[in-house]
Amino acid sequence: MSYGRDVIYSYDGTFDGLMCCVFECFERKEMPAEIIIGEPEQFSFSEVRIVDTSAEKAVRVIRAVPQKITPDTLDTVHKMFLSCAANKDLLILQYLCKGFRFGKNIEKMLADDTVNAVNKAVFHCTHEAHLLKGFVRFSDFNGYLAAVIEPKNKVIPLIAAHFTDRFRNENFLIYDKPHRMALIYFSHKAEIAENIDFELPSASAEEELYRELWKCFYRTIGIKERFNPRCRMNLMPKRFWSNMTEMREELGLYEVSQNRITQKNERHD
Amino acid sequence: MDIAEKLKILADSAKFDAACTSSGVNRAGGHSDGIGNASSCGICHSFASDGRCISLLKVLMTNYCLYDCKYCINRRSNDIPRARFTPDEIAELTINFYRRNYIEGLFLSSGIIQSPDYTCEQIIEVLTILRVKYKFNGYIHAKAIPGASPELIEKLGTLADRMSVNIELPSQKSLDRLAPDKSKNSILLPMGQITRQIQQNSYEIIKYKSAPKFAPAGQSTQMIIGATPDTDFQILRLSEAMYKKYSLKRVFYSAYVPVGDSKFIKPADEKPPLLREHRLYQADWLLRFYGFTAGEILDEQHQDFNPLLDPKCNWAVHHPELFPLEINRAPYEMLLRVPGIGVKSAQRIIVARRQAKLDYKDLKKLGVVLKRAVYFILCMGKRADGLIYTETGMMRQLMSASVVRELENNGYIGEQLSFFDAAPTLEDRIKCLTGEM
Repeated sequence: MSYGRDVIYSYDGTFDGLMCCVFECFERKEMPAEIIIGEPEQFSFSEVRIVDTSAEKAVRVIRAVPQKITPDTLDTVHKMFLSCAANKDLLILQYLCKGFRFGKNIEKMLADDTVNAVNKAVFHCTHEAHLLKGFVRFSDFNGYLAAVIEPKNKVIPLIAAHFTDRFRNENFLIYDKPHRMALIYFSHKAEIAENIDFELPSASAEEELYRELWKCFYRTIGIKERFNPRCRMNLMPKRFWSNMTEMREELGLYEVSQNRITQKNERHD
Repeated sequence: MDIAEKLKILADSAKFDAACTSSGVNRAGGHSDGIGNASSCGICHSFASDGRCISLLKVLMTNYCLYDCKYCINRRSNDIPRARFTPDEIAELTINFYRRNYIEGLFLSSGIIQSPDYTCEQIIEVLTILRVKYKFNGYIHAKAIPGASPELIEKLGTLADRMSVNIELPSQKSLDRLAPDKSKNSILLPMGQITRQIQQNSYEIIKYKSAPKFAPAGQSTQMIIGATPDTDFQILRLSEAMYKKYSLKRVFYSAYVPVGDSKFIKPADEKPPLLREHRLYQADWLLRFYGFTAGEILDEQHQDFNPLLDPKCNWAVHHPELFPLEINRAPYEMLLRVPGIGVKSAQRIIVARRQAKLDYKDLKKLGVVLKRAVYFILCMGKRADGLIYTETGMMRQLMSASVVRELENNGYIGEQLSFFDAAPTLEDRIKCLTGEM
């Protein structure tokens, strides 16, 4: 492979597109210095190669991975693709190149820099998905459940199976705000929608009641003699709090429910 | 009394039960027409202001109680507000919290009302409503009530995922003093029954796939730390015996918090022994995952934990003859005994060293805490570059950041610190620190 000339690959941001980058890199025997999505924003001295997405080329790469490396590698690469690591595209390319070279041993080369970086990024992604299995907070809107999350990684595909199994007889929606993705489960069918916008509607009186009960439970269950905010923050980072019913008031975000209480009072008057 | 008030009273009465784990059983919801599933790794849904995980709706059915155990917040003689949930109220609350993904399931315990049998029947009724009426497939942890009849305990076990009987105090003497209504036997009897039925059930499931599962997530217990003069060694030996004899999944330790007018035990302003509880959990992990025995961690001469060092570091510095270890050759069991190497990093070392010889920078990538491990290991026959071995330097690295901070704040760092035969003056000074951490 030639590393001498700097080449930048540009692709369309899809998984198939990235697999075509792998194809291109093998066919031309070159290693890009960078992989970007779409046109480069700044003037660049490097050569920019636009990699067109071709389903046929992508399938050839995707088929080769389990045969020449291991079936688990494809899973690792899929998770890596959801990761928020800055250079995830290039890491996936380097990982697969090493995989094709070393075969199934790639999974055991834990001290290798590429493998290590991929494992760390995949862990960050799957760990965030695991945390969110617990931290997602649904609200009930006339029998439909809806929740908003703000993860760093695109965790929706990783938590979909868990929630569709758990709430298999409900209709629900989990909206990933930063990535504008949603898991929609309606009459026993799950679907992941992209590029959508969503806002939680305002809560009903019954919904407010259960929120208050939950907050009451949360406040009561902590032992004040053992108050340990640092430990709590380590285990439940603050960035999740704004979407968690019981933590919003700790952040000073209780204005919504306060407004509603005043509105309710006005109506009673 | 409205539901919010009941919830407040009955959660407050349940908060000293440490167990809130939802682990130990994998159960897919599948195609049933109910709600819920369970994940064997457990899922934490929130963390309380004290940093403890909230996974289950942890409440008592009632905090009225016939008994007068002196350590317990719900003892008959304690003057606190009392309440009682109806079985339907608990079930409805559980389902509504579960649907909103607030919780992983229910942890139900109760004060003893009328009789142990009656109390147990009430708990069974709640679980039956959840499992049958709501077809609830999520996690349920139920307290087995000591003194309830074996038939009721058996019924409870087919409805719950995990069962627990709290030992509370580690010796008969302490029980006599603080829990006059309980005896060692009344606690161990249901525990033994549950263990037997879990074992029997594991055979039945092999024979008949459809056999009803009995407490598939196993059994746990809890001990209160610091309410009685029992030593750490006594407690740890008891835990070890319970893991072996009763195949318990977990033993929980709960630092005693003086509750209400508990002048029998300790002044109300004394802080809970959190460091001691922390050391017990560390030692508990060594028993379950690191192949240690209680006799290796503590012994007759050293009945209490070293407040400055965690039990594994403490063991390692007292066994200099076994170190340093060559990382590229040492067996897994020995890797586990190196401070700074945990179960995951030891497994990674075993895998990675088959591909290439490992050096210090590689160990860092595998998650080894080098600042501790360097004193005990060699990579390819070599010590880490620039490692200067002094006892004070090593001790500083082996102590946790919070211990170092405490010592620094009190001006003790900088002096000669020694692991062995610390001068009495130092020990005295340390004692005053440990009460506060």
